[in-house]
Amino acid sequence: MDRIWVLAEQRDGEPSTVALELLAAARSFAGTVGAVTWGSGAAEAAATLGEHGATKVYDAGDVGDSLPGPRVAAAIAALIEAEGAPDALLVGQTYDGRDVAGRLSARLDRPVLTNIVGLSAEDGALVSEHAIFGGTQVLKARFTGESPGIFLIRAKSFAAEPAGGGAPEVASIELPDTGATDGAKVKGRHEEERSGPQLDEAAVVVSGGRGLGSAEHYALVEELAGLLHGAPGASRAIVDAGWVPYSHQVGQTGKTVKPTVYIACGISGATQHMVGMKGAKNIIAINKDESAPIFTIADLGVVGDVHTVLPKLIEAIKAHQ
Amino acid sequence: MNVAVCVKQIPDPAGELALDPSTHTLVREGKLILDDSDSYGVEMALQLVEAAGGGEVTLVSMAPNNETSGLRTALAMGAAKAVLISDEALAGSDALGTAKVLAAAVSRIQPDLVLAATESTDGYTGTTPVQLAELLGWPAVTFAKKVEVSPDSVTVQRQTEAGYDEVVSPLPAVVTVTAGVVEPRYPSFKGIMAARSKPVEELTVADLGLEASAVGAAGARQEVISVQAAEERKAGEIVTDEGDAHQRIVAYLEQIKVL
Ligand SMILES: Cc1cc2nc3c(=O)[nH]c(=O)nc-3n(C[C@H](O)[C@H](O)[C@H](O)COP(=O)(O)OP(=O)(O)OC[C@H]3O[C@@H](n4cnc5c(N)ncnc54)[C@H](O)[C@@H]3O)c2cc1C
Ligand SMILES: Cc1cc2nc3c(=O)[nH]c(=O)nc-3n(C[C@H](O)[C@H](O)[C@H](O)COP(=O)(O)OP(=O)(O)OC[C@H]3O[C@@H](n4cnc5c(N)ncnc54)[C@H](O)[C@@H]3O)c2cc1C
Repeated sequence: MDRIWVLAEQRDGEPSTVALELLAAARSFAGTVGAVTWGSGAAEAAATLGEHGATKVYDAGDVGDSLPGPRVAAAIAALIEAEGAPDALLVGQTYDGRDVAGRLSARLDRPVLTNIVGLSAEDGALVSEHAIFGGTQVLKARFTGESPGIFLIRAKSFAAEPAGGGAPEVASIELPDTGATDGAKVKGRHEEERSGPQLDEAAVVVSGGRGLGSAEHYALVEELAGLLHGAPGASRAIVDAGWVPYSHQVGQTGKTVKPTVYIACGISGATQHMVGMKGAKNIIAINKDESAPIFTIADLGVVGDVHTVLPKLIEAIKAHQ
Repeated sequence: MNVAVCVKQIPDPAGELALDPSTHTLVREGKLILDDSDSYGVEMALQLVEAAGGGEVTLVSMAPNNETSGLRTALAMGAAKAVLISDEALAGSDALGTAKVLAAAVSRIQPDLVLAATESTDGYTGTTPVQLAELLGWPAVTFAKKVEVSPDSVTVQRQTEAGYDEVVSPLPAVVTVTAGVVEPRYPSFKGIMAARSKPVEELTVADLGLEASAVGAAGARQEVISVQAAEERKAGEIVTDEGDAHQRIVAYLEQIKVL
């Protein structure tokens, strides 16, 4: 393959981890790797993107109070018009990444392959891997139409690694006015307080499920995660129940995590949950039902009640430290 | 306030899902049900129309074999009518093909607002609603956890990595709602009876003025190469808590150098 572009989200000059993961993948398949970025701080982000293998960075500039989807997609469409289509466009499956990919797809009349967890090259074209039916089966697919193929890729599918690349060439690209599609405006941003690492970056993840019994008991999960310098996670059951926000959800429709250790507390181990965490190096599960499916993948399974095991575990770790 | 809700009718996810061995598409024979993810959109639409003090909720669905059982569930919840697009030419549609069909249907209905789920339960690409918005030339706000409408705008709390953004969009617009944002009502007996006689307009690809080559498997331009069983992870040691299991966990954490 000749050219691959990566959609590189950044914040205050720091590229998102998934962007760096995608650059690592892109440079293993193509000689020329471009990164499309936007927002204030894009200039500083360029250096990091270069280190990770981008040879050229296209900076669309600040989107202001617009949602990125329509205008960034229009900028990429204009870039393709000017420079020709790359073989592939790799996009991280994030809130904004999905919007950009969907908009671009309709604009260019090209399909999108989504929920990708791996890539390979066959006969000079990219082949995508998808974990389907809760990760019990792996499906491989490819595009049959004109390029660019748009690939929406889940975070943690590749390992980010600096390539030792130098400063990339930086080109400013225009952010076209898209009229009505750009009507939605951000009026305010609300950030929840978070202490400790981000869920999908944490080396330790402690997750709670319905077995906790009530929202109040989630404090045990948070305390244990805090003691281990990890992040608290959750099953969908307790997200849907409103105990914790969606950003805590691990699984098929939540985040994929690959920590050093994943501690599942009162989680049954539905396939849709396990697809998001079975890439963990070590899995510890606490569940009072010895036939819970989570035990089929746990390295250490404790058949017990979270309400007795967790408080004792927390005390023991405090004593240890 | 007229709201259209995109609702997908899917094979029961509690049952065994399977891919057709030759086409590699999901087997969609037998009874289909209302996608749980879309029950939130239906409930949200009913609440918004109530709050606006007038208007109605119209369902839009693309499904095989003129399937209406999922639509009847949503009609029983209180939607006024439905548009169903069913055509053999649509088998094997990808998300963009689906969006083209939904866009053509929405253009006929001309609602003030279109609601959809952030992602469906069976295909879960999550791209269809944004593709739909682009084809219509409308703004879209995805990942809504709270939605309010005024006569000419919609205000949304949009989920973000760090919290949420408050987003205001003019109408018409497409909004996708996350699961759990509202409590979908159970259809009442009266609702179920009334749903039987509510209008369901059935359309084909030709009725929508679309080319069969742009939709269905012909328009998908992607192919499945192979499907294989995933590698399995093995179970390790299982201990039953006799009051000291926490010590076993501490030892394990020490062994892997987390402690
Ligand atoms: C399309 C689709 C997508 C989905 N996506 C996701 C996803 O992304 N993430 C996700 O997590 N789920 C997802 N789900 C939901 C999934 O199928 C399960 O319903 C969910 O994971 C169950 O959550 P849970 O394990 O907390 O609850 P349950 O299945 O109810 O399990 C609770 C467990 O707690 C144990 N327990 C009860 N009391 C105690 C106690 N005192 N001490 C110890 N153990 C106890 C029980 O034995 C049981 O095993 C999805 C489902 C669908 C259909
Ligand atoms: C396992 C699997 C993987 C797939 N992967 C891909 C892929 O990578 N790329 C691709 O293009 N297609 C893919 N497909 C096909 C895709 O699922 C179908 O084209 C489907 O018709 C639309 O996409 P979705 O279900 O993913 O919708 P999503 O975009 O996830 O749906 C979001 C919402 O859009 C609305 N909506 C979606 N479909 C309909 C409908 N038929 N009628 C009414 N409203 C609807 C609903 O409100 C729905 O909740 C896949 C299918 C399966 C079973």
